[in-house]
This record gives sequence, C-alpha cells and structure tokens, in this order.
Amino acid sequence: MLVGLHVLLASVLAGQSLAVKAARVHTVSGQAIENGVIVVRDGKIAAIGPAASTPIPAGLQVLEASIATPGLIDAHSVAGLAGWLNQPHDSDQHEADPAIQPELRALDAFNSHEPLIAWLRTHGITTIHTGFDTRGLISGTSVLLKTREAPLPEVVLKPRAMVLASLSDGARASGGKSPGTKAKMAAMIRQALIEAQEYAAKRSLDDAAQRPTRSLRKEALADVLAGKRPLLMTAERDRDIRTALRLQKEFGFRLVLDGGAEIYRALDVVSTAGVPVIIHPTMARSQGERENLSLETAGKLRAKDILFAFQSGYESYVPKTRVVLFEAAVAAANGLPPDGALRALTLDAARLLGVEKRVGSLDVGKDADIVLFDGDPFEYTTHVVGVVIDGRIVSRTTR
Amino acid sequence: MKPVVILSLFLALGPNGIRGQDKPVVFTGARILPITGPPIENGVLIIQGGKIVQVGPLEDANIPSDATRHEVTGVIMPGLVDTHSHIGGPSGGDGSQPIQPECRVLDSINVHDPSIQKAQAGGLTTVNVMPGSGHLSSGQTVYIKLRDGESIEDLLIRDDKGRGLGGLKMANGTNSQRKPPFPGTRGKSAALVRQAYIDALAYGEKLRAAADDVSKRPKRDLRLEALLEVLKGRRVVHHHTHRADDIATVLRIAKEFGFRVVLHHVSEGWKVAKQIAEAKVPCSVILLDSPGGKLEAIGLRAETAGILERAGVDVSIHTDDPITDSRLFLRSGALAVRAGMTRKGALAALTIAGARALDLDKRIGSLEPGKDADFILLSGDPFSVKTKVMATWVEGRKVFDRSDPKDRLWAVGGWGASQGQVFELGCLTGEIK
Repeated sequence: MLVGLHVLLASVLAGQSLAVKAARVHTVSGQAIENGVIVVRDGKIAAIGPAASTPIPAGLQVLEASIATPGLIDAHSVAGLAGWLNQPHDSDQHEADPAIQPELRALDAFNSHEPLIAWLRTHGITTIHTGFDTRGLISGTSVLLKTREAPLPEVVLKPRAMVLASLSDGARASGGKSPGTKAKMAAMIRQALIEAQEYAAKRSLDDAAQRPTRSLRKEALADVLAGKRPLLMTAERDRDIRTALRLQKEFGFRLVLDGGAEIYRALDVVSTAGVPVIIHPTMARSQGERENLSLETAGKLRAKDILFAFQSGYESYVPKTRVVLFEAAVAAANGLPPDGALRALTLDAARLLGVEKRVGSLDVGKDADIVLFDGDPFEYTTHVVGVVIDGRIVSRTTR
Repeated sequence: MKPVVILSLFLALGPNGIRGQDKPVVFTGARILPITGPPIENGVLIIQGGKIVQVGPLEDANIPSDATRHEVTGVIMPGLVDTHSHIGGPSGGDGSQPIQPECRVLDSINVHDPSIQKAQAGGLTTVNVMPGSGHLSSGQTVYIKLRDGESIEDLLIRDDKGRGLGGLKMANGTNSQRKPPFPGTRGKSAALVRQAYIDALAYGEKLRAAADDVSKRPKRDLRLEALLEVLKGRRVVHHHTHRADDIATVLRIAKEFGFRVVLHHVSEGWKVAKQIAEAKVPCSVILLDSPGGKLEAIGLRAETAGILERAGVDVSIHTDDPITDSRLFLRSGALAVRAGMTRKGALAALTIAGARALDLDKRIGSLEPGKDADFILLSGDPFSVKTKVMATWVEGRKVFDRSDPKDRLWAVGGWGASQGQVFELGCLTGEIK
C-alpha cells in the first residue's frame, strides 16, 4: 500500500515537470527572451532563460511554440457559479434576497467541472477571480483559484478573496423593495458598515458575556474594515465611481473599483485615491449604464499609471462568458500598448489580487502557469496551442 | 458628416435619399479587395453618381480629367453586409400570438439611434434589420442602406417599382416556446407554421379564383398576404435556428412549401453541414466568444463557418447586433478564419455572400463597375485586430470618417457616444450650403 502510494506520488510529480521552448518568451517581469526555455519541476518554474544557456534536463517532455506567456488572469468573473446552460440548476451567481449578504462564499458554489471554466482554460485563462454577479448590493465573498479541474483545496489561491458590492443599476430592487435608488444603495452600505464596526468593537470586549453572538454577515464586513480583504465595488457611472470613493474615504477600507464605464471622467481622483480598477470587458455592450463606455479606457488607465486588470464580467445571455484574452486584445488595439495589455492580464492582475508571489510572471520559483501561442497573442487569427497550470498540461487544443 | 447638407439633399432628391456626386471621384494608392476578383495591389477605384465606374490596377486605369482625386493608403473593400441585425431599436410582433407576419419592422426603426452610426463606424453599409426570435414569425424584415437619413424611408433599398425590400423573420427552437397561444413544444411549433402556410395557400387560391372579380375576393389579410409573398418567392424567410434537429425541421418545412430560406445562427450547423449543402440553403452564421447562454446554443462552435464552407454551403456572417457589436463585425470574420474558414471565404461571408442572402448581389457586395459605390477604407488587413475602419462610403457619399471627432466618438465610444445623430438646424448654425 505504502509502496503503491509512493509510486503514484512520483508519477504525479513527474506529470508536473516539463520544459517549454518558444521563439519568444514573455516573462512580463523582465525583458522578453528570444529562443527561450522554461524548465518546470514539480509544478514550479525551476529555470528560465535563453535556450543557449538554459539546458533542458534529459527525459523531460518538451512543449514547443512560437510564443509563451504567463498564465492569463481573469480578474472578475461569475464563471463556475454561472454555467453555460443558463438554467436554474447551473445559475448560482445571484441570491436575490436580502440585498446585503457578504456571508455567502463563492467557494461553496464554484463548479470546477463547469464547461465555461474549460472554455476559459483552453484560451489560456489559468487563474480566475470569480463570485456573485453585480445584481446584489453586497452579494457575497469571492474566490480566487486556478482553472485546473481538480479538488478545490488543490487549486484555491484565496478562499475568500474580496467582498463584492455593487452600485450598478442591476442592484436596484423593484416592487417597493430596497434599494430602489442610488441614494438608498449608499445609505444601506453605510449602515451595514457601521453595524460591522460596532459589532467588531463589541466582539473584542474583555467581558465575554458582553460580546454579541457571532454573525457571519457582520464578521465579513468587519474583516473588510480591518483590512483583511478588499471591498470590490462595481460602479459604472461617473457619479457611482465617486460614491464608491466617498464611502472608501469615510470608512477607510481597501477599495477595488469594478466596471468603470465612465471612469475616464474621474481618472485624477481615482489616481489620487490610489484605488486599483478591474475594468469592464472592453467589448461589453454599450447599453444602459455602460452606454458611454470607451474602447480606449484601459489605455487611459495605463497612461495614468493606475493599477488595473481585465475581467470577463457577468453576462446574462450570450456569450455566456467573455474571454479576457480577447478583451485585452481589443484594448491593445485602442490605445493600450501591447506590453501593457499583457501585463494587465498577468502580473498587474496578480498584484491587484494579491497573489503576485505565486502567479503573473515567468520567474524561477513561481507556479508554472504557461500559455503557448502560434503567433502574436492578441491577433484575432492567432491560436492558443497549449496551456500549462501548476506544471500540468491542461490543454493542447488549438483554439 | 455634414447632416445639414444631407437634409437639403433629401429635399432635392426625394425619398430615395442620397445620390452621389455627379463628378467622378477617384481613389488611388490602396490595396483593393474586389471580393469577386483577385486582390489588386496599388488599385484604382472610380465612382460616379453613386455607382462604381472602374476598378483595377493603376496601369489600366482611365482616370477622367475632371475627377476629384483621393490618394489613400490601406485597403479598400466593399461595404460590409450584415444579414441579421437589430440596430435602430426595432420591434416586431407583440405577445398576442406566435405568428405575426403582418408586423413590419420598418414601422419601428429609429434612424437617429446611435446604433446606426456605430454600424457605419464598423464599415457596414447594408443591413437586414430583423424583429426578434420570440415568435415563430415576428414579422417582416427590412433591408436598409446605412445612408444618413431622417426617416426609415431614406434608408430603404427599393426594387424597380419603388417598393422597399425585406424578408420574413421566422424562428424555431426554444425562444418562440412560451405559454399559449404560443407553442410549448417543437412539434407544436412546426404544426402551427404548417397551418399558417396552408391558410396562406388557401387565401392565394381564393385570390386566384376571384381573378378580376372584386366581389369574389376574400377579405384582405395582411398576415396571409405576407406569407403568400413568401410562398411566391418574392420574400425570403430569414430563419433563426440553432440546434441540428431544428435546422432539419426548417429544411423539411421549406421543402414542403417550396419557400426560399436562409438559415440564421446555425449553431449546430457543423453537425448537419452535408444536409444543408444538399438542400442548397444558404447560412448566415454568428461567431461568439463562448458557447452557451441558452440551451439551444450550447453546441455553438466557431468552426461551423469553415465546416459549412467546406461542405459547399453559401456562408455569410451576421452581427445580431446587439449580441455582437457592429463596430467589431470584421472581427467576426477573423474569428471564423481563426477557427478554420478560408480568408477568401470569410471576406465573402462579410460581403457578397450576405448580398446573395438578401437577393442584392447584383447591386452590392463586391467592387465591380455598375454596382453601388458602397465601400470602406481600412488602415490594414481586414482581419487584424490593429486595423481600423477609416471611412465608410454609401452610394458615393461618405457616411463615416474616423478623422471627424464626432464619428470617431461613435467608433471608440466615450462621453456622449450614447447620443444619436442630431440634426443641427442650418438657421442656427449657418452651415447650410
């Protein structure tokens, strides 16, 4: 039995060792390497450099491609909670009532076998920050994980990544329920944060008898106020972006702005506040509160040196998910330098999500998450030809 | 764009809208993709009176001395033809019943909607605007040219009798299944459609029997009239259909009644490509960034366009705007290439194949003498992400110019891009010439 397990373990580890040769390796953290080699051992990058000076140990499987990049990161999605069938049984991205329920954890609803996750994986998306959609005022707590199909403990990077809030029109309740207006949204968030403050203060009383019973809802917001994780706030309109900044200033939590269809109207204040942005999908439909979105916003964020990342976002219909590779490509054709687009898809997304020590660039010691392309990653007619996550080949589909 | 000038032209030229310049206009310096012929390096395009006069290499060109000359760089190709779109905020039938061919989408279109300007910015020049797929038939579609106009009449494409052209929208599958009187199943959907066409045949027979005797004619029925136009081949059915079995049902019913049909979306066309090819039925496909979103679209594959092409099907591509963005229509062609369609096939799918699907291929869809001067100037390869539509010309008139700040706003979006075209009054701006 023990021997059997040992053999099994050895074969699993062998499966996490390989080498990649590419005409160009985009490390993102440094200069691109022409004729580069990446050596992967036990799921981590063991060596990287020019082929001439980076020997490939004998016996390693070698993957070859034109271009290699770090695994791509989708910084905000609902995939895995929302499924491709779009039927009640595969739609776990929205719990309608109550408006505020940060105690919901995306981890408990994520389906790593979901075809949409496979779809993203075959397009080079190796890490995904996913959770509830923007129809809840405070909808729950997101999860950050690899897109590899595996038991969750193996792939989770952050079981509770961010608390998700929304000032989106979609978060308006109808039929006399709250919140029915933007002012009510802000009032309700404010009230919930104040209650969490008071709860946290009472929970730390010396006299145990005086402490309130544990409330996961209040605790989740107290954690945000204590700086344990950020509050992501979806805000598309200029005024909503400013409301999010106002709330952040009042309560001092770590804010991540999400959406930002009109953020080009507020670049200076966002930059001054030092708040990172998960920008709406470049090709999002310019309708409703996104009617004024611009294909050039990502480029403007970059020019202002605002930390930002791309997202697939939430789609209620078709396409059921977007692909951040495509969203970044269109941004790169509209004012965002291509190296900035790749950086936003990888290392900057990792920094924004607080996992830059593990993923986001091709450096020794980091997770071996690698995407192989047969040409310029952002060209429409280029294909993803291979995807590696944690040193495992998870896709050899040409797509 | 100079809206005020356009307004005055309407007054001068009447309901057919803009007709182009009288003096010839020459474009030199571009790579020209005529579509129906091989690419022409350093080509010459000459237009006059809204029509194409010459297309060819510089050395063969006969440039009139009075011509206005445009030296350009990049690529010139025909204006894009979108066989399936919902720009202009259209509507069709209401919730009262599943088959409403009497509804005309042209009665619902707002030509000042920004979606029209955005489509111009995407290089579209001809569009089949459709009502939705929530009915077995939601009404009549309309073929429009993206001229700058003040009412839908200014955008119509007319036949030689002056009648605006269009098809009939039909749908099967899940979108049109609802509570009664809508069908709840596929079997019921097909039965209702069959009965409607049988009713139209009977109506046509009564009309024929009455001949010139007005007293014997049946009461005029706009619903059956539209179906009769379909049965007589005067109106093409544009049929929403996704699943392979739904596609087969469309082919079966079309064959039974002998009507002409174009299959739209065709998500699972890859499963039944041979059957579609044998039926000689054209397909208008959609390219999406992911499958799913509804049960009948989980089998959607980007490979469908290429698979149908190889099976010998006449394939066009559509935006289904707002499902995909008209400004990114070239991208749809590129995604088809990415998934195995030939570049030649994908270029045709955005132009001449779409024209054929709309019975307009004698007038549009390629750059040939005698055809409408509908063309676009691109900054480079049509299928590169880097390429921009620099200008869009409809019948010899420039309707989009990326160097114009207002037009550029529609192309890239931004503050105010949600506002439609506003006609400034000449008496306020003094711009009438």
